[in-house]
Amino acid sequence: MGLGLVESGKMPKPLTKLLNTARSYSVWMYQWGLACCAIEMASAMGSPRYDIMRLGVIPLPASPRQSDLLVVSGTVTDKMAPAIRRLWEQMPDPKYVISMGSCANCGGPYWDSYSVTKGVDQIIPVDVYVPGCPPRPEALLEGVVLLQERIKHENPAERWTGEPIVVQ
Amino acid sequence: MTAVTDRQKLSYIASQAADARVNVELETEGMTLNIGPQHPATHGTLRIVAQLDGEQVIRAEPMAGYMHRGYEKLSEVRTYPQITTLVNRIDWLGSFANEVPFILAAEHLMEVEAPPRATWIRTLLFEMSRVAHMILFLGDMGVQLGAVTPVFFAFRDREFVLDQIEKATGGRFHPNFDRIGGLKDDLPKGWIESTKDSMQTVLTFCDQIEDLLLGSEIFQSRTRGIGVIPKDVAMQYGLSGANARGSGIDWDLRRDNPVGLAYPDLDWKVWTHPDGDSFSRFWVRLQETREAVKMIEQLCDGMPSGPIMAKVPRIIKVPAGEAYVATENPLGEMGYYLVSQGGLTPFRLKIRSASFNNVSIAPWLLRGVYVPDIITILGSLYFILGDIDR
Repeated sequence: MGLGLVESGKMPKPLTKLLNTARSYSVWMYQWGLACCAIEMASAMGSPRYDIMRLGVIPLPASPRQSDLLVVSGTVTDKMAPAIRRLWEQMPDPKYVISMGSCANCGGPYWDSYSVTKGVDQIIPVDVYVPGCPPRPEALLEGVVLLQERIKHENPAERWTGEPIVVQ
Repeated sequence: MTAVTDRQKLSYIASQAADARVNVELETEGMTLNIGPQHPATHGTLRIVAQLDGEQVIRAEPMAGYMHRGYEKLSEVRTYPQITTLVNRIDWLGSFANEVPFILAAEHLMEVEAPPRATWIRTLLFEMSRVAHMILFLGDMGVQLGAVTPVFFAFRDREFVLDQIEKATGGRFHPNFDRIGGLKDDLPKGWIESTKDSMQTVLTFCDQIEDLLLGSEIFQSRTRGIGVIPKDVAMQYGLSGANARGSGIDWDLRRDNPVGLAYPDLDWKVWTHPDGDSFSRFWVRLQETREAVKMIEQLCDGMPSGPIMAKVPRIIKVPAGEAYVATENPLGEMGYYLVSQGGLTPFRLKIRSASFNNVSIAPWLLRGVYVPDIITILGSLYFILGDIDR
C-alpha cells in the first residue's frame, strides 16, 4: 500500500476502511506492567479464561519499536516516568496508549504521595482509561474493544501526520 | 599442614602458566549490562546493573526505588481503617496476608481480641492468599527457564482460588476485609464446600508442576547447585520465609510465633531443604503450597461458630503505645512497628517487608554466576517489587 497516499490524505474511502479494519485486529501490545494491575494484565494475556489474543491483540513484542499499543498498568512513580516517556517516543506512529488502573489514571490511592506521578497522561497522551483498582481482566478487554472501535473510525492521514489525538 | 613436594610445586606452576595462556587467548572485555527497569523477568520494576566479564558477572547491583510510593509517610495521614486499603497493595499477590499483621498490631494496642471464628477465617484467607501467591511462583519459575507452559497452567488454576476469595470478600485482588476487632462479613453460604473443591484443583496443579518441571532434566541442571546460599550467609543477610527454609534454617513464624492466628490448632509441618540452591527454594515452596492446602482443609472442617466482630468503638482511636507484630507472609517475615500517640492516625508506621531483605543478598549471590543464571536465581528468590520499595 502506498504510504505516500496515506500521508497526503487522499486515501479513497474503501481503502481507508480496509486499512483501519486490518489495523484494529492486529494490535501489537507493549505491556508496561508496574504494579498490581500488571498481574491482572498478565491474567488477561495468559489465562485461558480471558485470553486477550482472541481480540487480535498480540502481547509480548520484542521491542517497543514493533508495537502499536502501550498499556501502562500500575503506579507510575516520578523515578519511572522518564523511562515511560522514552519508550513511548520509540514506538512508531500510529501509536495508542491504554492507561489501566486508578494509579495510572490519576494517582489512585496514592493521590497525596510525594513520589507518585498523578496520572500517566501528564507525560504521554492516553486514548483509553480503564478504571478500577485493579480493574478486572474483563475491564481491560473492554478497553481494548473501545480502542479498536476508535481505530476503525479513524482518518489515517490525520493520525499519521498530525499531533496525537488527546482524549477529552 | 602437609609438606608440599617440589613435584607438586612444579605441576602447580605449570597449570597456572597453562591457565594464563588460555586466558590471554580468550581475553574478554568487560561490559555493563543493564536489565530493567521494566523487564518481564524481574517481577516488576527492579533494575539490575551487572558488570560482566564475558558471560560471567563480576558485580551485580539491584537498583530499587522505581516503585516507591511512600507508604510509611502516607499512613501517617490515614485513619486506621483507611490504612488496610493501602497495605493491601504492598505485596500485591498476597494481599490479605498484608492486612493481618497491621490489624493485629492495632488490636494489641487497643487490647481488643477478635472472636475465634474471625481468627479462623483470617487464617483461612491468609493461607488462601498464600496459595494464590505460590501458584504464580510455581508457574513463573518455568518462564525463567524458557518453559512457557507452566505459567498458563498457573493462571488457569489461580482463577479458582481467586474466585473463592472474591466470593467471600468481594475483592479479587485486594480484599480489604479485615477490620480491627474482627472481619467485615461472615462467609457466604456454601463457600466452605466450593473452597474444598477448588483446593483439589490446586493439588492437581501441584502434581502437574511436579511432573512438568521438578523431574525435568533441564530444570534440574539449571537450578541444582546454582545460586547456593549457605545457612550462615542466609542468617547474616536476614533472609526469611522459603528462602531461609531452602537454606536449611528451620524457622517459621507460623509455628514459632503464631500471634492471634489459628495455627497452633492445626496439624502441619515446616519443610526445609539443606541444599540452599535455586532448586531447594522451588521445592520448599511447592511443599508449602501443599501444606497450605492441608491447612485450609482442616480450617474448613473445624470452623467454629459464633460472632465475627468484637465490640469496638465506632470511631477507632488507638491508645498511645508501641507494638511490633510480624507474621509469616508468603514471601517471608512481614512486620509492622506501630507507634501511636492516641490519635486517629498512627504517629509512625515502620514496615518490615520480606522482599527487601531477600533481594539484598543479590549482590553477594550474583557474583561469579553466568548471565542466564541471573534470571533463574532472581526468580527463585521470588520478590515482589511493591514489597521491596513500598
